[in-house]
Amino acid sequence: MNRSKPITGELLALKNQIEGYAVEYGLDFFPQIFEVCDYDTINILAAQGGFPSRYPHWKFGMDYDQLSKGYTYGLQKIYEMVINTDPCYAYLLQANNWVDQKIVMAHVYGHNDFFKNNAWFSNTNRKMMDVMANHGTKIRRYMDRYGQDSVETFIDKVLSLENLLDINELYETSSLKRHRKEQVEQQKSENEDDGYIIDDRSAALKSFMRTKARQDKKEDVRKDEEEFSAELPLTHKTKDILGYLIQYAPIEEWQADIIGILREEAYYFLPQRLTKIMNEGWASYWHSTIMTNKALDASEIVDFADKHAGVMYMSKQNINPYKIGIELMRDIEYRWDRGMFGKEYNECADMSEKIRWNTKLGKGKEKIFEVRKSHNDISFIDEFLTPDFCERQQLFTYKYNPRNGRFEIDTKDFNAIKQKLLSQLTNFGQPIIEVESGNYMNRKELLLSHVHYGVDLDVGFANETLRNLYAIWRRPVNLKTRYEDKEVIFHFDGKEFRPQH
Amino acid sequence: MDHPIKRDHARFRKIVKGKIRDNLRKYVSQGNQIIPKGTDKFTVPMPSIDIPRFRFGDKSQGGLGQGQGQPGDPVDGQPDPNGQPGQGEAGEGEGNKELDVELSLEELARILGEELELPNIEPKGKKSLQSVVDRYTNIGTTGPDSLRHLRRTYKQALKRQIAMDSYDPENPAVIPIRRDFRYRSADTKVEMQNAAVVIYMMDVSGSMGDEQKEIVRTESFWINLWLKSQYKDIEIRYIIHDATAKEVDEQTFFRTRESGGTLISSAYNLCKEIIEKDYNPNEWNIYPFHFSDGDNWSADDTKLCLDLLDNVILPVSNVFCYGQVESRYGSGQFYKDLTSKYGSDEEKLILSKIKNKEGILDSIKEFLGKGK
Repeated sequence: MNRSKPITGELLALKNQIEGYAVEYGLDFFPQIFEVCDYDTINILAAQGGFPSRYPHWKFGMDYDQLSKGYTYGLQKIYEMVINTDPCYAYLLQANNWVDQKIVMAHVYGHNDFFKNNAWFSNTNRKMMDVMANHGTKIRRYMDRYGQDSVETFIDKVLSLENLLDINELYETSSLKRHRKEQVEQQKSENEDDGYIIDDRSAALKSFMRTKARQDKKEDVRKDEEEFSAELPLTHKTKDILGYLIQYAPIEEWQADIIGILREEAYYFLPQRLTKIMNEGWASYWHSTIMTNKALDASEIVDFADKHAGVMYMSKQNINPYKIGIELMRDIEYRWDRGMFGKEYNECADMSEKIRWNTKLGKGKEKIFEVRKSHNDISFIDEFLTPDFCERQQLFTYKYNPRNGRFEIDTKDFNAIKQKLLSQLTNFGQPIIEVESGNYMNRKELLLSHVHYGVDLDVGFANETLRNLYAIWRRPVNLKTRYEDKEVIFHFDGKEFRPQH
Repeated sequence: MDHPIKRDHARFRKIVKGKIRDNLRKYVSQGNQIIPKGTDKFTVPMPSIDIPRFRFGDKSQGGLGQGQGQPGDPVDGQPDPNGQPGQGEAGEGEGNKELDVELSLEELARILGEELELPNIEPKGKKSLQSVVDRYTNIGTTGPDSLRHLRRTYKQALKRQIAMDSYDPENPAVIPIRRDFRYRSADTKVEMQNAAVVIYMMDVSGSMGDEQKEIVRTESFWINLWLKSQYKDIEIRYIIHDATAKEVDEQTFFRTRESGGTLISSAYNLCKEIIEKDYNPNEWNIYPFHFSDGDNWSADDTKLCLDLLDNVILPVSNVFCYGQVESRYGSGQFYKDLTSKYGSDEEKLILSKIKNKEGILDSIKEFLGKGK
């Protein structure tokens, strides 16, 4: 069923025109495909993370519910969706007016270039459209076999842990490459050994099955041993909790496959969570540059300015990644054009000289292309946020004032702002949780530990999360953290949740 | 065929309503979407299910903002936990823009009705008045130019030209002449006119705090909105009471705070007087609402209240709604008294407990869900 259709006629001509400008400016992107669709379709796509086909789950229905209501009641509207695939797909809302379509197209080329070139995306699967669809088919098949409720319940439990990812999994290191190669070879030999047929099972499931196979062999020797007793590493620390569960939790094959599926999807989306500011900043920089220098007709200026300003709104409660992103990109370009960096510049004590500083270096464009290649949000902010910039952008931190129950501006101090921003971005805004032991107290209990950087966990949520984790681990689970300045281990044994000091 | 997401959607709705997947029920939050309207804000229910995750708890950690202001200036609103950069994985770059909304009261009422699945009210049959109204539903051959129906006129001209064989498909000009003209014309209809009166009674004794009043205010706003969408004419009367009752205007109703005891019967008595004086039950749909924290002075007075309800108020009302707002001081005894007397048998009496602000919509649904 095709709910969206490729662009034709005027829009196609517009696409070619904008693509020409993008090439002129040196953007380097995957082949770009635009399709148009109605608002209902774009709501569906947005609810499904941009993909036309996902596994069945109520959470997509929930997002769809909220997006449709938002649209129906006129609260919000999605202009476009773009997804990280090769070729890169982007969806335009049919009802957009001409200027909107122009902006959106220019914006999309920015994202496309970013997807293709940023280092954090170098390992993402660009055929995710098919992978997602296959995941859907597989999970539907499991639902047919094991019942919709039980499969969905299991998915809910796994989703509870979906944010516990290790960003290092995204690196392509030489040891990783070697490891992969070994795996492939090992797999080949095992396939011969055990007569496995090469199939569409996820890589995670295959590795799970190898573990199981090893265990089975041992169980032949020691039959009455519990099934997951083998090889539980006592000091195997990892943040990749889902990966750990696939390996060591006492679960069925289909359950391992589901964890593998959800893990694969979570890691696919991870680079986008790590580069929100840069990605939006880069795309906004390019839509602005292309529109104002090339594509805009004089009659469209006001409409463009209105739309652009809407995207760039500043909020007192949050940082708008579009705004900070584009401004920081422009700031970098400006500084590298005029040589406003380095020892000499930094050590210059004369403010007026600093403001007038211009070595006519002219490396601005080159620098921002380099930045978009090698940074993520954290290193981007860490390296390029300057006191000048914070002042110009009127940034501040705010905090809760218990006396009047309001949030108040705390400080405009550069270091405080930078600190706050970096801590918000650390581990893509999620608590850092690692597996510390799978055999805690020598009782096969799972011990997680929360790396505490000054902010406590929400205990109610932690309780419910441990409950879900217990359902997968099937032995008591523990979480070591700091709460109200005390070290504490939260223990959940299947019935009761209690802190142990 | 519909997109598979419609099935996900249906499933989500069922979970929210508690029909399936009972184990998820505890994660359902009846969130609200705030719709600004003029200087006020209204909310539309937007239920969601929060999958539990490890997440940061301390909301007082504050955040980062951008804009004018000096240290110490308030930053309005709460930090939005989902607004932190780096969060939210839904596909990249959805150009999401908040739009300004202008919703009419009718639209708000429709949204409310849809969300809470409120049935339309059947006005009390015999009690409706008849009135004669003109509705422009017909087409006539005479009338003023301002009412000319262009499409019908054009059609008529086309028909005539074809019939007269003066229509040329090569040059499809259709020129209406005088007798082709058609006009919208009025039909006289007899319509049922129905009128309703809402009588709000509120306990303003010391135990009802600001929060409780805020709940009553919000709730009465929505109730008015819904009833206004159902009745052509609606009158609203306000009674406050502690140990004595008096009729007040809307402003006073929500501002007054008295101390001292509570005699609910005083309010019911006044309610009875108002009905007897101004509202003939044969002509009016009567909706008494009473909000209190459930404390009454004595069991004797409660008995008096029940008598009044039985003999006067219930027989003349469409429904009598009692909303008990939870407060730190209220015992909630009155709710129990009403339950033990009427149980769930009395069709015309609807009881609802409102725990906190989140409970408002549920309670409205209880009150108006019967379509009376």
